[in-house]
Amino acid sequence: MADTVAIEVRRYRPEEKSEPYWQRYEVPFREEWMILDALNYIKDNLDGSLSYRWACRMGVCGSCGMMVGGEPILTCASYLADHLPGPIRIEPLRGFPVVRDLVNNLDDFMDKLTAVKPWIVREEEKPLSEGEYLQTPEELDAYKQYSMCINCMLCYAACPIYELEPAFIGPAAIALAQRYNFDSRDQGADERMDHLSRDEGIWACTFVGECSVVCPKDVDPAGAIQRYKVKAMTQWYKSMLLPWGEPKR
Amino acid sequence: MNPEYRLHHPKWYRRKVPIFWWLSKWSYMKFILRELTSLAVVYAAVLLLLQVVAVSRGEEAYANFLAFLERPGVLAANILIILGLLFHAVTWFNLAPQALVLRLLGRRIPDRVVLLAHYLGWLTVSALIFGGLARL
Amino acid sequence: MKGRSIEPFFWSLFSSGGMLAALVLPALALALWVAIPLGWLQAPSHQNLVTLIGHPVTRFCLFGFIALASFHWGHRFRFTLYDGLQLKHLFGLIATICYGGATILTAVAAYVLWMF
Repeated sequence: MADTVAIEVRRYRPEEKSEPYWQRYEVPFREEWMILDALNYIKDNLDGSLSYRWACRMGVCGSCGMMVGGEPILTCASYLADHLPGPIRIEPLRGFPVVRDLVNNLDDFMDKLTAVKPWIVREEEKPLSEGEYLQTPEELDAYKQYSMCINCMLCYAACPIYELEPAFIGPAAIALAQRYNFDSRDQGADERMDHLSRDEGIWACTFVGECSVVCPKDVDPAGAIQRYKVKAMTQWYKSMLLPWGEPKR
Repeated sequence: MNPEYRLHHPKWYRRKVPIFWWLSKWSYMKFILRELTSLAVVYAAVLLLLQVVAVSRGEEAYANFLAFLERPGVLAANILIILGLLFHAVTWFNLAPQALVLRLLGRRIPDRVVLLAHYLGWLTVSALIFGGLARL
Repeated sequence: MKGRSIEPFFWSLFSSGGMLAALVLPALALALWVAIPLGWLQAPSHQNLVTLIGHPVTRFCLFGFIALASFHWGHRFRFTLYDGLQLKHLFGLIATICYGGATILTAVAAYVLWMF
């Protein structure tokens, strides 16, 4: 095994250059290192100006997503060895504006997430005196998969539609809406429908499926979206053919 | 210092998506090929309609149509179309388990069961079609 | 329900058309356009076909099938042009070509099968 491996990082430093450029570093090769370890080595020893996000280094916070070799991955969860031979190319996540180096601006996702009301919506809150909401294991099973989302945005980076059409709500936001739609405690499915069943909502999705392929938590946002299309279609027909059955808003 | 740099309002960078973005990754290419099978579907619908028209016009028109189908160029084209139709069918059924999540007795029906049901349905319909046409 | 998209309707045509096409077309195409021309399957006699297609149920099914398959194409091809060639700004023209084309095919099929 070689002593060092070449890492090529896509830098973007607007105070120096208006366009991004590649910068190459030679990093020691260690069998047990993740990509993130290599980045930390660069920052600590070679170039302190390199900017990137990371936190938990164990695949639960969703901070360290980047494109490595053209694929969106969590850099704390991918071995350096798996990307040999060098040079290993690291770029910021696709689909989001780059603020600096490997740091994206994620405001768009944050806005979209808030808009789908990712919380338990109740017509009437249950008073504390009545105790907690009870849920069977089957009811938990109905939404558990979608609750695993760590908001890492790899799905947005993998989705070609999101990059082509920034207005698209995107995989994670829809999966998280579904997490609440399928939660037996939630009563907000109708409230979310208007926002999701729009042209820039679920209907922009063409089931490329890459979002589910890259998801590190097996959330399967593509499946969540297709299931929602079936639901939206059913509701549309119901509202057209049986208008007297409209749910109250 | 970059003369274009605006202090306190730095510019965020967005790349321009290339027109042929789907050439960059095999999974994107497979997606586009899958979507293009819709052309095979509409071709088949048109050809089917033309065959019905030929039948409606009488024996000679029908015989001409059968002769038309036997021409090597037409046969070759139709074989390619059928490959497209097969690709459509296979990709369609393989995606069904993701879109069709049903619960039975409180448990989610496993993906492979949904998949098997679709393929069995496909087999049944295909057998009925071949059997039906063989008996005509 | 203000300003809800019309997409659910077109998507329903796309998905039912796609399912029917997937189930029926490979075998039908193989039988009609490969097996029969190559002699693996005997061509149905003209009279038998007239009787079969003449039946109102057959004609209705054929119409439904061709209509749904056409709209399956229209809907899918529209998005292929939007995303594959980044022609979303031509949405009016593309929608006309795709759904218009599908409507024409449906109308022709209706006419042919009605007059059969």
